[in-house]
Amino acid sequence: MTQALTLRNLVAFGTLAVLALVPLYSHATGNFFMMTLFTRIVILAMAAVSLNLIMGFGGMVSFGHAAYLGIGGYVVGILAHEGVGSGFVQWPLALVVSALFALVIGALSLRTRGVYFIMITLAFAQMIYYVGVSLDRYGADDGLTIYKRSDFAGLLNLSNRTVFYYVCVALLFATIYLVWRLVNSRFGMVIQGARSNERRMRAIGVPTYRYRLTCFVIAGTICGLAGVLLANQADFVSPAMMHWTRSGDLIVMAVLGGMGSVIGPVIGAVALLVLEEALSGITEYWQIILGPMLLGIVLYARGGIEGLLQGGRHD
Amino acid sequence: MLLFVEQFLNGLQFGLLLFLLAAGLTLVFGIMDLVNLAHGSLYMLGAYFAATFTTLTGHFIGGVVLALMATLVVGMAVEVIAMRRLYGRDHLDHVLGTFGLILFFNELVRLVWGPAGMNLTLPAWLNTSVELLPGVHYSMYRLSIIIVALAVAAVLYLVVMRTRIGMLVRAGASNREMIGALGINIKLLFTFVFGAGAALAGLAGLMQAAILTAQIGMGENILILAFVVIIIGGIGSIRGAFIASIFVGLVDTVGRAFLPDILKLFLSSSAAATAAPAISSMLIYLVMAVVLIVRPEGLFPAASK
Repeated sequence: MTQALTLRNLVAFGTLAVLALVPLYSHATGNFFMMTLFTRIVILAMAAVSLNLIMGFGGMVSFGHAAYLGIGGYVVGILAHEGVGSGFVQWPLALVVSALFALVIGALSLRTRGVYFIMITLAFAQMIYYVGVSLDRYGADDGLTIYKRSDFAGLLNLSNRTVFYYVCVALLFATIYLVWRLVNSRFGMVIQGARSNERRMRAIGVPTYRYRLTCFVIAGTICGLAGVLLANQADFVSPAMMHWTRSGDLIVMAVLGGMGSVIGPVIGAVALLVLEEALSGITEYWQIILGPMLLGIVLYARGGIEGLLQGGRHD
Repeated sequence: MLLFVEQFLNGLQFGLLLFLLAAGLTLVFGIMDLVNLAHGSLYMLGAYFAATFTTLTGHFIGGVVLALMATLVVGMAVEVIAMRRLYGRDHLDHVLGTFGLILFFNELVRLVWGPAGMNLTLPAWLNTSVELLPGVHYSMYRLSIIIVALAVAAVLYLVVMRTRIGMLVRAGASNREMIGALGINIKLLFTFVFGAGAALAGLAGLMQAAILTAQIGMGENILILAFVVIIIGGIGSIRGAFIASIFVGLVDTVGRAFLPDILKLFLSSSAAATAAPAISSMLIYLVMAVVLIVRPEGLFPAASK
């Protein structure tokens, strides 16, 4: 892997640098809305990176990835509601629960292929969505307000927005590093091999099912962590967090940014959400511009923004 | 008993509505291998067109016919402008592109018709009830939805199974390169199929609009149900879509009607009232997951690919 100073790498590292510097800008100008916006962007970017691990590298297109956002979020929300405010309990439990859900969903879904995989992951996500809607004790359709963010004793004060922002950024960077290491490891080679030709991978003696399932669980767990952050950021969880359009958003972020790299989805998340914000400042009917723009990117810029930066599609 | 008959008919009616939506979707998916998330937008447009044209012309049937033609035209235009370039691409490109179309159409409707919903007013002759059996009254309008949808299903079946165009459509579903190679104008065929699917979606939308209202985003939720239907039925199979949509419609409606009472045996009544619709919605996805686990290609796979 060459690390040449290409336009693509420049944009990738530039994006990460901007993400790290947002609080400085907010403190200097007093524009704290910017930091709130970017907190959301960073969290959703993390979810998109986790999705891309299975979608871009593993060829497993999950149309139900937002379910783990909801699972992670609801674990925090329900524990807070029941009086367990400690982050040392909430966070590990949220990760374990997300991993268990991903294990069951993955074990069943990975029996199918292609479009059927897309639809069965959607089915499981919808089931979990409706579980959220039916949770009468925890606000059902209206959602659940979290009155106190996860408590890390004296270690971290998540109610401080700058601290919280840097926690999110640190976890995003950790996720990127983890996924990058995974993708370039032997494990990652098997996952990518199984995407391009699963039969051949099996023929050379690799139990692909187990590898793919492990990959699916890792992605689900990371997305669960993003859900934990999202719940803390909004001080609120609701079934809307795992609506299928949210899963669609995550796919859009990954495809828009470029699925061929680990950073692509981060660029996609930043581009999509900043664009939404900027366009909604221009006109009330901003989606009428964004919609055709997305279509245009599909039609004329194969490989997303990353592909555009490289001046062609790399396959 | 009376309630059961009524709910059964409601389920049948909802299922047939789903079929109209799913028929176009399954053909487009089966033949062009295109995942069209924007199918729900055509459903929405059908509803808005109908509400507008019936008010403008002051005539219900005339307005409906105009609305169907308008949806057909929009569908064909969408195919020529956008979809045509998406065939043969990755499914993810379809998702991104048609997701963009959803945003566009939702906002277009907001711009043209405003954010409030629109009502489709029924003429007096539809807005009554009929006595099906002694003592069993049923809404005339819902009954006519059942009749119209069954008639459309029958016509669709005849067209697909008994005409030359239908033969080409079926051939396209099993091997689209081959019929192209045999000298069939496949581009025109695709435009036609897409437009017909759009008109069917529009018909479903306008019929639903008179029961609920025409709303922005009305297509998104039912679209997912339509996808469930075509997956359970097997992609590209009209027969599968028909059986699966009636099944899904019945499960959804009958579940909504009777689950609250069943759940009240175990839960408090408010908890039962919240949980019942959610559980009956969940039931549908559970069925789909089980079908896919047991038969990964759906119940009636159209083609061996």
